Formats: sequence, structure tokens, C-alpha cells
Amino acid sequence: MKIPYYPGCTLKTKAKDLEDSAIAAAKVLGVEMEELPQWNCCGTVYSLSTDDLIHQIGPIRNLIRAKEQGSDRLVTLCSMCYNTLKRANEFFLADEEKRDRINRYMDEEMDYAGDVTVVHLLEILRDEIGMDKVKAAVKKPLTGLKVSPYYGCMLLRPASIGIDDMERPTVMEDLLRALGAEVIDDPYKTECCGAYQTVNRKDVVVTCVHSILTSAQGNGAEVVALSCPLCDFNLDNRQKDIQQAYAGFHTMPVLYFTQLMAIAFDLDESVCRFELSSQDPRPLLKSKGLIA
Amino acid sequence: MKPRIGVFVCHCGLNIAATVEVSEVVKAIEHYPGVAHAQDYIYMCSDPGQELVRKAIREKKLTGLVMSNCSPSLHERTFRNLAASEGLNPYLVEVANIREYCSWPHQGDKETATKKALTIIKATIERVKRNQALVPLIVPLQKRVLVLGGGVAGMQTALDIANGGYPVTILEKEAYLGGRVRQLERTFLTMESAPDLANEMIDRTLKQPNIEVLTTSRIENLSGYVGNFEVQIRQQLPWVDPARCNGCEACVAACPAEVPSTFDRGLTTRKAVDWTPGERHGDRRIFLDHAACLRVTRQENCTACREACAEGAIDYPEDRLIDRTYGAIVVATGHDLYRKSALTEYAEDPDVLDALQFERLLSEDGPTGGKVLRPSDGKEPKEVVFVQCAGSRDPDKHFPYCSKVCCMYTCKEARRYREKVPDGQAYIFYIDIRSTGKGYEEFVKESVEKERLLYLKGKVSKIARKGDKLLVLGGDTITGLQVEVEADLVVLAMATVPNPGAKELARLLNINTDPYGFIQEAHPKLAPVETLTAGIYLAGTSQAPKDIPHAIYQAGGAASKILSLFSRKELVHEPLVARVDQEICAGCGYCRDNCAFQAVDVDPIRKKAMVNEALCEGCGACATACPSGAIQVKNLDSKQVFDMISIVTQDYSMQP
Repeated sequence: MKIPYYPGCTLKTKAKDLEDSAIAAAKVLGVEMEELPQWNCCGTVYSLSTDDLIHQIGPIRNLIRAKEQGSDRLVTLCSMCYNTLKRANEFFLADEEKRDRINRYMDEEMDYAGDVTVVHLLEILRDEIGMDKVKAAVKKPLTGLKVSPYYGCMLLRPASIGIDDMERPTVMEDLLRALGAEVIDDPYKTECCGAYQTVNRKDVVVTCVHSILTSAQGNGAEVVALSCPLCDFNLDNRQKDIQQAYAGFHTMPVLYFTQLMAIAFDLDESVCRFELSSQDPRPLLKSKGLIA
Repeated sequence: MKPRIGVFVCHCGLNIAATVEVSEVVKAIEHYPGVAHAQDYIYMCSDPGQELVRKAIREKKLTGLVMSNCSPSLHERTFRNLAASEGLNPYLVEVANIREYCSWPHQGDKETATKKALTIIKATIERVKRNQALVPLIVPLQKRVLVLGGGVAGMQTALDIANGGYPVTILEKEAYLGGRVRQLERTFLTMESAPDLANEMIDRTLKQPNIEVLTTSRIENLSGYVGNFEVQIRQQLPWVDPARCNGCEACVAACPAEVPSTFDRGLTTRKAVDWTPGERHGDRRIFLDHAACLRVTRQENCTACREACAEGAIDYPEDRLIDRTYGAIVVATGHDLYRKSALTEYAEDPDVLDALQFERLLSEDGPTGGKVLRPSDGKEPKEVVFVQCAGSRDPDKHFPYCSKVCCMYTCKEARRYREKVPDGQAYIFYIDIRSTGKGYEEFVKESVEKERLLYLKGKVSKIARKGDKLLVLGGDTITGLQVEVEADLVVLAMATVPNPGAKELARLLNINTDPYGFIQEAHPKLAPVETLTAGIYLAGTSQAPKDIPHAIYQAGGAASKILSLFSRKELVHEPLVARVDQEICAGCGYCRDNCAFQAVDVDPIRKKAMVNEALCEGCGACATACPSGAIQVKNLDSKQVFDMISIVTQDYSMQP
């Protein structure tokens, strides 16, 4: 299965580990994610102003790029990009008048009808590949690795675009179980990571992330799995700040779900780009015999 | 006899007169064929106005009236009564609506309005010329009432009617009376025992000779109309004969089917054959719950209990079908709580209870004998979080309405908890405190102060298991801070929803429900105990969430409506109904298919349509469907309609 893929800015910089491991792992399952030949910013934060049409144009242009590839689908990895692109399309579909205005404004583009479906890789794994097939592809089961999935908000909210129940999601749990990991259910898995407060209110993020990680640790987790580069930054990089604020805090590794897939599929360790992690996961993975 | 019609044109102050040139209308109509008298007046409905009409009827010997004024919904009745008092048949009076249909929409255009008023009046004159003098229909009245539901609302309605001297049947789907109140521990305000309250009422109900109680029964079929409802009742005959049972419990021990107790809301189990719940109740006996019995659930031929019974009290008779006629029906089918699992942000955990489960924990006849102990490990909870509005006031995900009673019962439950566990702490998350009843606010204030209840204004976003505790995450909107409580027990004040099956029942009774399944009252202010189907009334929480006092008010209201209905010898029905010309009717049945009131049927032998005049509302749907014009509505037949159409279309008719 070939599908156009929208990376977004972070996946080319800080979250290269997400992109490389995702593309490699998806390939094992027969999903070829083909990067759009041309793309621009997803808009980052979805604009909530109803008359703020200019902010919808960026994401819509990316959907037109997918259309140009002859596809009516577009896959994303970054939760933020997923959210912005999908909601922009929803906004576009909901109001005919605004749809016309946007199309007329982009007169150099082909007219867009709102017919590109934005999907997240997790949805493809669940709905099209199926967890049984994932399980069959596992060569090195993550036996004994206690993983706590963390969803954040962007994959689940608002409900109209969420990939799963916003309060009790299970897609990542099902995936991790298929990979052979021991899943730790944590009540904070849908709580806020602090998001962009990380820029000017680090203390807010430190409080949020401290609750999330200590709760996961309290339930026995050894590693947190997630899909959002911003959550990853907050949960991983901010641990240094948490240590300063909370004496006795123990750090823990944070991985993208795709990195865990790559390990379980026994792919070359280089696709995981572990060197990009602030909290090095390698000692833990080594102790479990999952990497050499 | 030549018609002598009186036309009365009302000014309605300036409502009509400012737009319609009233004097011109009178002048133009005076010499219209059939008109014997025409007159205008500033307020025709006023006493002097009515006197003018009376005088004209007497002096001009009028044979019909065309009252040209406001909508018939306002004063048709007034002028028909006036005509009757002057010896003129009221059905020879019609209203020409020249206010709502003419002067109001055409303000500022006198010419058009005056012309249109004249057209409306002329059309009405043509109608009145063919009107027949009619007499109201007399319908027999069965003075016997069926009450659906044996909770406090149903019992109170039944008692009020029975005390008025009429026989009442209560249908109760459970094996015992008492409804939800029987499940509660205490009632708020007076803190008196709820089982005692229910028990006292059950006792009075069972002892009232005019009341017949049919338990494990439901309504199977309904036809007929007010005064004469033909009802088929399905009664599950008790499989344990209470007259022979000596309460030895041998059958209970022998029964292999163990199910969660619905009375204890799953906190305990019971055998399919077991005691009726509630040790303190007077009607306590061993009964066999058909819904739990293997004979029903698995179609097995289990006879364990019959074999165990030394008294021969157990047998498995078939259901009994009872056909009865009732004059009126009261729906008092009660409520349930919204299911906890719908709130996915709250963990499904043995220590997360709904408010009725907590009532069972407080109750002396409950699973813990009245001690507050956690279901998970039997320990006494020291920190209890109460969550109000769980599902209520949440239009996006659950219900937009306020469940009305939760503020009060949560306060009561928290107070009872503190009385039973004096070293415990109660937290109550709320949106607003709605204590709008006599003494309610005082009760909340007193409870907060006396029992140091900690009220937090905010919603709970998450409840999760955290080792031995329940982690409760919420907000306090007054301090603006997030709140985290590690609780031992959580009580959810789940939204009040109608009892399951309310919608099916409503369909069977041909009454409406609101979008949430509560039975719709006929008018929210002016007819709160009636439904839109004449003869079917409402009481209690089947209509909307309400507390015991309000359920009792409504029960009294429904009972008094029925008593006033029964104070008449017979029922009177408008004679403006459909009539079939037997010579023309071919028995095709289109009229029957188009009738919304099941008032028309085709005689299978004579192949002719027949109208049940008591059911007919005179809407005319049958008349428009009839291919041969055989069925017509009295005083609005096709001749009259065509006469009116010719008047209205006069200006447009093709020139010869």
C-alpha cells in the first residue's frame, strides 16, 4: 500500500527519530509512506477564530498537494500536524461560503473539494493492517518491557477528529500488546503535557510532566510511549528541569511508538536514532536484551 | 326556510378598525343574500357587545351568526355559548377571522385589508348557510382507573382516587410496591426513614379496598379512548403461592440461579427465588423472579425449587391475560439513573458507586447492614468524593437538563456519611447548588456547617484507581486551582433518566415522549399532569426528574383531574366529526389508513366505512383521502368548502 505522507517541520529536525523509525517500521507491514514532493507548514496550532480564513489556507494547500499525487488520503505521524490538517479539512467541509472564498483566494491552485482524508499511522495499523498482522511481523517481542502509553490531546480531541475514545483510548495499548510489551494503564495518559507553555512557562510543563511520569512510574512503567513530538520534548527533555524542581525524581526514557515497533521488528538500530533522546533509552533496552 | 344570518364586525379597539374600514364592510355586507342583520361594534366580546348580539338574535330571528373578529381559538366558544343561551344552536355560529388572518398581516394597507375582510366574511356566510344544527355526542364513562407503576407517585394517585370512591388498579412490573423510595435510606429535610415512608404508603395502599394491586404485571395492549380504554394486561402469576409458603427458605437454598440484585444495584446477589428486598417492608415474602429463573433465561426445565418445597407452594403457571375497561390511565413509571459506564473518564471500579448504590450502603437493610464500607475490601472509607451533575447539564456528551434532585440528595448522603463516619471527610464537586424548595437551602446550609462538608465548585475530569485509593482529578473554579483528591470511595450523582421501556410504553399508549424519553405533558405550564391523549395522565418522575414532594403534588393533581372527569355522568364530545354516506362508500379503506386517531374502520361484512364518533377529532384527513366524497366532516363538507373557494377566487375566475 502506497500512501502520500506529510512529515511537518519537527520530523525533519528534532523528531527525526519518529520519522525514520516510522517509515522503516511501516515498510515491514507493506505500508509505503511516500513523502509529498512539496509541502509547507501545517499551521501548527489550529485557529479557533471562525473568520480567520488565512490560517486555514496553509493546511488546505498541503491537502491539495496530496490531491496532486492522485490520492484522496494523507498520512501523518506528528499528532499536531494530524490535528491541524484534519480540522482544517473539517472546517473547509462545514461551510460552503468559506470554502468558496478559500478556493477563490488560492486562484493559482486547483479547486479543492474537501475530499482528502487525513489519517494517522496508528489508524492505518488498527483499521487496515490489523494488530494480528503487526503481531505476525514481530521478530523480537518486547517481552518484559513495561510500557505506559501516553496520548496527550491532539490525537483525541475534539471528538469529531479523534482517532479513539477521548477518555479511554486503547489503540496504542493494543499495538504495544501486539509487540509483546507489558502495557501499563496510567490515568494520566490523556492529561495535558503543558504543550507550548514550555516556551515561556517552563514551570507549568514541569508540574504537568512530573505528575504524568511519577504516575506512570508508580504504576510500574519503565518507559513511556507516545506519538507527538511536542509531548516528547516535554516528557523527555524537561526531565532535567523536573529533577531540579522535585528532589528524588527518577528519570525515565520516553520513546515514540514507532521506535518500539522498529525494535520489535528487529530493524537496524540506526533507524531509531536513539542519540536524539535526552533520556537515553539504550541502557534499559540493553538490560532487557532488546538491543545489542 | 330562508337563512337569516347576522354578521357582527368587531373593531377589536384599533386592532381591526385601524386597518379594516369596518363601516364600509358593514355597508357592503348588509344586502348580501341571506344576511338579515349587519352591525359593527368596538369590542364584540365585551358585555355590551354580547348584548347587541343577543338583541339581534331575538329581534331579527336570526338563524345563523358570522362573528367577524379574532381567531376562533379565542372567542368561538364565547359566541357559541351566547347563541345557545338565546336558543340558537351553537353549531350555527362560525368565526370569520379578520384579525390574525387580515388586519394584523396587512397593517398599513387599508384597501387590501378591507377587501380581504369582506371576502373572508362572505366565504363564512356561505359556510354558515349550509351548517347543520348539531347536538354534542354523549359517550359512556367507565369510572375505573388504571395506574401504571407502584412507586410513591403511583400509590398516591391510586389512594387519592380510591378515597374518592372509585376503583383503581395498580400495575407494577416488579414483585413489590414502593419503587425507588424503597431503595433509599432517608429522605432529605426531615431525615426520616425512606423505607418507613414507603412502607406506610404500601400498607395504606394494600388496605384500601378500592385498590387492586397487580404485581409482576404490565400493559400488553390498549385500544379505545377516554372513558372507555380497552386494556389487556399481562400478569406473571406468582410461581410461589404466598398463601402456602411458610418462609422456610428450602427453595432459596435449592435454587441454582444466582443473579446480581437489581434492588441492591448489583452490590449483592440473590437467588432467582428469594425474599422480596427490604426487611422492613410489610409485604415481605418469597418470590420467584421470572427474569432470573433458568426456566426463562435458559429455557431449562429446572424444578429445583418445586422439589425442595415441602408445602407444595411452588408451581410454574403460564402468564395470565386480563381484559379490562378503564375510564382513565395514569402513567407513573418512574425513573432510573444513567449508567455509570457512559462517563468514560471515570474508572469502572467497585469503589465508584452511583447515588442509589450509596443509598443501599447507607441502608440498614442493605448489603452492609447500614455500615459505610467499601465494596472492594470492606474497609471504612475515610475520604469520600461526591460528584454532582454526572451526565446532567452536559449537552455535548450526555444530557442538557438538570436532574433537579441531586443537589439535595448528595447533600443528604454526604451528611449521613459524616454521621456514620464522624472522622471521615466528604468532598462534594458541584456546578451550582440548586436548593429551590421550601426549607431546601436551609437544609444545605445547616448540613454544610454541622457536618463540615467540603464543597468544591468545579467538575471532576478523571477518576482512576491508584493502588489502594481512587485518584480524583478536578477543578475548583473559585480558587482557579486544580484539585487532586486521593479518595477511598466515589459517589456519582448520575443523571436521572426515564425507566427503560418508557418509549415503548409511550408508543403503546399513543402519547409523546421528549427527546430523552420522559413522557411529554400536554402543556408545560397549564396542563402538567395531562398528556395530549385525553384520559391519560402523568405523575412522578416518568414526566421529568423530581423529588418526593413534587411527585406527590403531581399525583394529587392527576387524581383530582380524574375525579373531576368522573364527577360527570357521561362524557360529552364535539359533534364536529366525520360522517359516512353509506350509499356512496365503496369500502376502500383509504379513510381508515389516513386516520391518526384510529377512529375509522371498514365493516368487514358490509364493506362500508364506519366512524367511531368518540374517537374522531374532526380533522378531515379522511375526507381529503376519500375518492368518492363519501366521508365528510359535519359542518365542513365539500359543498361548503367549494362554496367558500368560489367566493375567495371570484376575482380570479375566468371570464366567459
